[in-house]
Amino acid sequence: MIPAIVVFLYLAAVLYIGIFAFRRAKGREEAEDYFLASRSLGPFVFLFSLFGTNMTAFAILGSSGHAFNNGIVTFGLMASSSALVIPLTIFLIGTRVWALGKKHGFMTPVQMFRDRWECTHIGTAIFLIQAVLLVPYIIIGIMGGGTTLYTISGGLVPFWFGGAIVALVVMSYVFFGGMRGTAWVNTFQTVLFLCFGVVAIFVIGYGMGGFRTAATAMQASPMSYLLTRERISPYYFFSYTFIPLSAIAFPHILIFCLTARKMAQFKKTVIFYPLCILAIWLPCVFLGVMANRVTDVPEIRQKQEARRVLATQGKTMEPEKRDELREQSAGDDVIMLLLQRYAPLWLAGLLGAGIMAAVMASDSQILALSTMFTEDVFAFYGGKTRFGESVQVQTGRLFIILITLFAYAVALRAPETIFELAIQYAFSGYAALSPLLVAALFWKGSTKWGALAVTIWTASTVVAVAVLQALVPAPAPGPPTILWAPGGVEVLSRTPGGTAVFGFMPVVPMVIGSVLLMIVVSIMTSKPGNTTLAKYFTGGRN
Amino acid sequence: MKRILLVVAVVLLYVLHQDIWFWRSPRLVFGFIPIGLFYQGCFAVAAALLMWLLVTYAWPSHLEREVEDDTREDGRA
Repeated sequence: MIPAIVVFLYLAAVLYIGIFAFRRAKGREEAEDYFLASRSLGPFVFLFSLFGTNMTAFAILGSSGHAFNNGIVTFGLMASSSALVIPLTIFLIGTRVWALGKKHGFMTPVQMFRDRWECTHIGTAIFLIQAVLLVPYIIIGIMGGGTTLYTISGGLVPFWFGGAIVALVVMSYVFFGGMRGTAWVNTFQTVLFLCFGVVAIFVIGYGMGGFRTAATAMQASPMSYLLTRERISPYYFFSYTFIPLSAIAFPHILIFCLTARKMAQFKKTVIFYPLCILAIWLPCVFLGVMANRVTDVPEIRQKQEARRVLATQGKTMEPEKRDELREQSAGDDVIMLLLQRYAPLWLAGLLGAGIMAAVMASDSQILALSTMFTEDVFAFYGGKTRFGESVQVQTGRLFIILITLFAYAVALRAPETIFELAIQYAFSGYAALSPLLVAALFWKGSTKWGALAVTIWTASTVVAVAVLQALVPAPAPGPPTILWAPGGVEVLSRTPGGTAVFGFMPVVPMVIGSVLLMIVVSIMTSKPGNTTLAKYFTGGRN
Repeated sequence: MKRILLVVAVVLLYVLHQDIWFWRSPRLVFGFIPIGLFYQGCFAVAAALLMWLLVTYAWPSHLEREVEDDTREDGRA
């Protein structure tokens, strides 16, 4: 129970930071102060809060869980591709959005899109899809909190209670502290979980008697495939490089880009971002793989047994039984089990707090949704003019409560592992929306109708994938279930982990489709006026 | 010329991410890190170096100037 107490102390600390931020900003009820901290975040807070807000439950729990069952491939799939793509998009797109925000007062991506393409309700459509896709991200945080508290307390804190505590704490400091509170908490959390990776690997490695013995033994065992990527298709691996395109399209990331005091603050952020990813992901993935060599933790052996049964007998089982085995073999709590086994109680608690820090990154998403609602809907449709800025801020606060309650209710029922949930819907959808940003900032010829086409395409394809995966059960580990292969060419298949289109993850055709639609529809429709274009491009339409 | 080289560096690093040459190798580096994981870890370090190059040689300083000019004009107004 001691680790759980340490985690509760951590939760109290973040609550205090959030409320301190509230007191610091008391009397200033302007929307720009509450939602963007008056664009005044300094370099240290900017780097750490931007990084921290992009790290969620799956950065520690999901990555180690995925690596436990799939091996080292996890790092290459998400971490190293993100280490290149995310800072590159921040460099190219984040800086431009910051400059436009400073010049024209934008507080959300939709405000920029509406101005850029001279549109109104199409902006509302973009808001809607951004909002719907953001909710799963929020759910991940609550699920991760529930899982962490349950595991770290040895089952004493039930999942529903742990999730409720996380939801309440996050809701409170976001409610009171706004962007300032969120940024400070994210900075504190980032420092914690950056330390976590380094400390965890030393502590667990020491406890296991060193990794050399475990790794060499794994090399000689039937589990040696976990040290390679022999069971993963290189096309699938390539597909994943499209997923990090989602980062810059996430509203909370783009809104964070608007908070920097100076553009120079982006320099340290883009340089250190890959190193921060390395510091978190490499230890977690490595530990997830090495956990397979732990033989004296019953829960780990149960997971391995479920995995073995699924691999050997899954083809002959009913889909419900396969899903049950998948849940049993899920490794989202594996790193917590390692800490319980090898770390002294007080250290397990501190490291548990580090995990909670990553898990509770839903704060930025909740605040972003609130910012988007109050600016893109409430203020845009006359609420601010009619009721004033103070009421706008209070509306934002009320929205925070409502969205957290909704996300908590869904978190109690969602059965999938953290990693799968994140990848399938939120990331793919936002990656498919990223061409909106590129078109808005780099192509004078883009139009609002092209933007609408991209929005509808993204919504349709996300729903289509979800429906397909609900109707067609996932096959057992091994070859996919081929759904459509005209002329012997495998177009559509259901894989154990999701869906494949021409062997690639759905995100690939989704992004390509978005790009093509933006280009084709924009070419056929009328462009914004010269005055608008002059704001975004020097020389107007020329 | 600088910009072309930087674009080539970005594309090259992206291509190098697909390390099919270590795909099936269970070799261990330093006796415990799988070589595929070690390579991808080095890739992340290379990404940081590439970002440093971009920040040093391709920083969009015209954006900062535009914002400063706008701020000065607002001040005068």
